[in-house]
Amino acid sequence: MGILEVNNLTKKFGGLTAVNDVSISIEQGSISAIIGPNGAGKTTLFNLLTGIYKPDTGTINFGGRSLIGLRPDQVNGAGMSRTFQSIRMFPGMTVFENVMVGMHSRLRISLFQTITRLGGFNRQEKRVHEKTTELLEFVGLSDKGDEISRNLAYGDQRRVEIARALASDPQLVLLDEPTAGMNPNESVEAMTLFRRIRDERGVTVVLIEHDMRVVMGISEKISVLDYGQKIAEGSPVDIRTNPRVIEAYLGRRATADMEALHGEKQS
Amino acid sequence: MSATTLSNGLFGNFKRVLRNPTYAFLGLLIYITVTIVVLSLLDRRSVIFPLLSTLAFPPLVLAPFVTLALPIDNRLKGLIILVLLFIVLPVIGMFDGSYLELAIQICIFSGLALGLNIVVGFAGLLDLGYIAFFAVGAYLWAMFTSPVETYFKTSGALVGTNLTIHIGSSALVITLPAFYTFMIVGVVVAGIGGILLGLPVLRLRGDYLAIVTLGFGEMIRILAQNSDSVGSPPINFTNGSQGLNGVGKPPIPQFLRDFVATVERLLHLDVANVQPLTQQLLFYFIAIVVIVIIVLVARRLENSPIGRAWTAIREDEVAAIAMGVPLVRMKLTAFAMGASFAGAIGVLYAAKQTFVSPESFSLIQSISILAMVIVGGIGSIQGVLLGAAVVTLLNLQVLQNLSLQINNWRNNKVVVPQVLIIIAGVIIALILLRFAWKNLKPWIKSRNVSSVKPLNILIGTLLVILAAAVVFISLASGDFPIANWPNQLELAKYQRFIFGILLIVMMIFRPAGLLPAARRRLELQTPKVEKQAEEV
Repeated sequence: MGILEVNNLTKKFGGLTAVNDVSISIEQGSISAIIGPNGAGKTTLFNLLTGIYKPDTGTINFGGRSLIGLRPDQVNGAGMSRTFQSIRMFPGMTVFENVMVGMHSRLRISLFQTITRLGGFNRQEKRVHEKTTELLEFVGLSDKGDEISRNLAYGDQRRVEIARALASDPQLVLLDEPTAGMNPNESVEAMTLFRRIRDERGVTVVLIEHDMRVVMGISEKISVLDYGQKIAEGSPVDIRTNPRVIEAYLGRRATADMEALHGEKQS
Repeated sequence: MSATTLSNGLFGNFKRVLRNPTYAFLGLLIYITVTIVVLSLLDRRSVIFPLLSTLAFPPLVLAPFVTLALPIDNRLKGLIILVLLFIVLPVIGMFDGSYLELAIQICIFSGLALGLNIVVGFAGLLDLGYIAFFAVGAYLWAMFTSPVETYFKTSGALVGTNLTIHIGSSALVITLPAFYTFMIVGVVVAGIGGILLGLPVLRLRGDYLAIVTLGFGEMIRILAQNSDSVGSPPINFTNGSQGLNGVGKPPIPQFLRDFVATVERLLHLDVANVQPLTQQLLFYFIAIVVIVIIVLVARRLENSPIGRAWTAIREDEVAAIAMGVPLVRMKLTAFAMGASFAGAIGVLYAAKQTFVSPESFSLIQSISILAMVIVGGIGSIQGVLLGAAVVTLLNLQVLQNLSLQINNWRNNKVVVPQVLIIIAGVIIALILLRFAWKNLKPWIKSRNVSSVKPLNILIGTLLVILAAAVVFISLASGDFPIANWPNQLELAKYQRFIFGILLIVMMIFRPAGLLPAARRRLELQTPKVEKQAEEV
């Protein structure tokens, strides 16, 4: 029994079945990837998991608790956090504030306490500051805390999003194309960061990725979606050799990538 | 060119001197003393009284903001502001009651602007019906205390602490000071009103939200206008468009009477109407205390998880909710907090005006409060206070006094000598020529035709022609008796026109407001830095 059990999940938009009878099981403490061509339903799956969309049928069990019917903020409170494919920071807030917002579901705040500053309000704010400082250090943005986040370089913006997602102390974090738009060097750094999220913080990582170097280099299990359906699942080696995957996805788009990777390894 | 460098140099030196705390403090003391002395020496009968009072009173109101901007020790700043608000302004108000009235109006609008700033500035929810909550507070107090026969009544004097509240045929005795109790009730009722408005508009944003809230504001006004005979037999709630008069006032405490007597004795003043003046003073002090509380609450909300959640919602709703911010609760909190400020201020307003009618709560009021928030600096507490002060002064004092001044001159048959007109004409022409030069410089200096924009040449040429015309008219004018000032150009008719122009100029030169919020200032600065980098 994994930390996240998705069974027979289906979501239709009008005539289009974006996610079709998908079942996925994620082991606690693992790093998994969900891949597939554009429009395969990967981001829709993430939106279903985090409560942004409501599934038509199917179950989502997270840590033994059903997430169906929960609002996104409640899902976040239940311990599942995420980043977005197109970066969705709070662009006008500072980096530090961005991360502080991520802690919201872990704070106990009443209006009365806020106005009177009683009941441990200041102690809690101090903890928030310490935690934020620690998280910025973790993702390597200690010196950028006071910058307006929209002014950051692209790669740094991704880091802010990850730090923000980690701020709620999640058990599982969903990363939606976290290395999109990064150059190869940055991708390698990002991979190290994903591993550290798991190794140092004990957070289970699930990522959607297009970059095959990242997918093959980091994931312990890969699920492949095509036209909303799961067509394959297994270790990187299994996926690489799975004929259906090669036909549906790798054959069309990334065989060249893969060959390049093999070439690198052999040389 | 040399003139510009000289003025820059002078200004630079001035700034450098002010950076020294001692000089800044001395400068501030001189500034405050001069405004106080001028204000206390002004003679109402003087022909140029409106002009002088317009020149002297706004600087005194703005003195707290100047104090905050100077590099002085924070405790000293606090002390100066306390003295200004609790001693200087009341005493000046005893010299001339109209200043006290203005100060109270500024406080009322500041409170409203601060409340709207929570909704619009912090949470980014554009609310055009904000005045409705002000109306709720005002009607709450007015319906109970006005002698007009309404469904709600009070018996027993407001002076005592035993007040009987009648709602229909049931009665309730409260033993608390009625006015202050009602202020708190106003906070609660308006807060609930805020939640009721918030519930149906939770899914709306931007323009859509603005239109729906506008509708809500109008609904409350129409409701007030038509609730004079509800049902059968008819029950009167609000007395309709006739409004409620004779609204109750809070009793004057003894220490305030003593304060007035002491000031009278010390300054050898002879206050004509002690009773109304003391009442005004009481309203002034209540208003100041309410504003202090509101500022404190707004600041604490801003620097808290709630304030951060509001900003997050303003920046990106989807990201905010995915990060664990409960959207519904936070939005309703914003509406409720903003509305509750207006509720308290509404109770105060009703008691001060002693008359409440639906006309006071029209859409234009909502818009003026929004204008204050935007002029001051949306999202910045200090900015919003400054915006409320500036806009209120403009509307209630500066523009009115200027037209009074022209009338005074007209009635006194003042004639402007031609020399003055020519000097003014030349100054205006020089300013126009400066801008013309800016536009024409590339054309005159460089032979490179491709870099010259035709629009600049057009603007430049027009400005030169305009400058020539101004000089010509001033030379040809002769002495100008102000009695000849045409009726169509009566300044009083152009108040909103001038206000509109000022708004446009403001938005061109300071789009983020007079005192932008720190974060917005950062945002606006960055493009400039990039520009400089490009130029290098």
